[in-house]
Amino acid sequence: MSVAVRLPTVLRTAASGQAVVTVDGGTIGEVLEALQRAYPAMSGQVLTNEGTLHRFVNVYVNDDDVRYLDKLDTKLGPDDVVSILPAVAGGTH
Amino acid sequence: MLEEMQGHDATSGSSLRLTSAQLATMVAHCIRCVPEEGCGLFVGDEHGVVLSVHPTRNEARSAQIYSVDAHDHLRIDREAEDAGLSIIGAFHSHTHTDPWPSPTDVRQAPDPTWHYVVVGLRHETASTRSYRIIDGNIFEEPVVVVDKYNPT
Repeated sequence: MSVAVRLPTVLRTAASGQAVVTVDGGTIGEVLEALQRAYPAMSGQVLTNEGTLHRFVNVYVNDDDVRYLDKLDTKLGPDDVVSILPAVAGGTH
Repeated sequence: MLEEMQGHDATSGSSLRLTSAQLATMVAHCIRCVPEEGCGLFVGDEHGVVLSVHPTRNEARSAQIYSVDAHDHLRIDREAEDAGLSIIGAFHSHTHTDPWPSPTDVRQAPDPTWHYVVVGLRHETASTRSYRIIDGNIFEEPVVVVDKYNPT
């Protein structure tokens, strides 16, 4: 199924400047793999080379962080919107 | 200790511009969060003008690490986009070290166009310093309080 994916500013260059793209997939994992295939410049930035979610990226289905759903196995419905945002983090050291 | 990289094209003329109320909001939030690191995001325009400051929850709940709550980030990002604006930076506190970006801050800086503010709470009076972090390099920029009272 076709799913809309909202991209953060840092990934838009890799998608020719688009803020929202459409890819096919039934789960988050499938959508993110399709995204990186469609836009190879994103490889390794959303999914790691091992196929896991990059720890510095947050992925949401509508309002929910997929880490609290089924992570990459989270199933998607026809009106779901996937959003990707960079993790904003740091520390003392 | 202050390393000013003069003349770098991407940051030449760069500054963070905010009001005294916005600065106070940011500092007060960080003080309230002690002993944990406080954090939040700025929404603004492409000239580094802060239009609103958004304290967020620190998911890490730690005195050493901050992680802007993912749901707070999504909400603020959407609100900014609806208003035709964008998130232009983030702030966090260093509760007991100097207000200079740490190696972790540099490594995890998510966006080279953003302004990164560190609120130093080590001394009695909070200090607020702003930086651009590009390709692993730190460039300090002035924090301009646009409604500062200058008696003559």
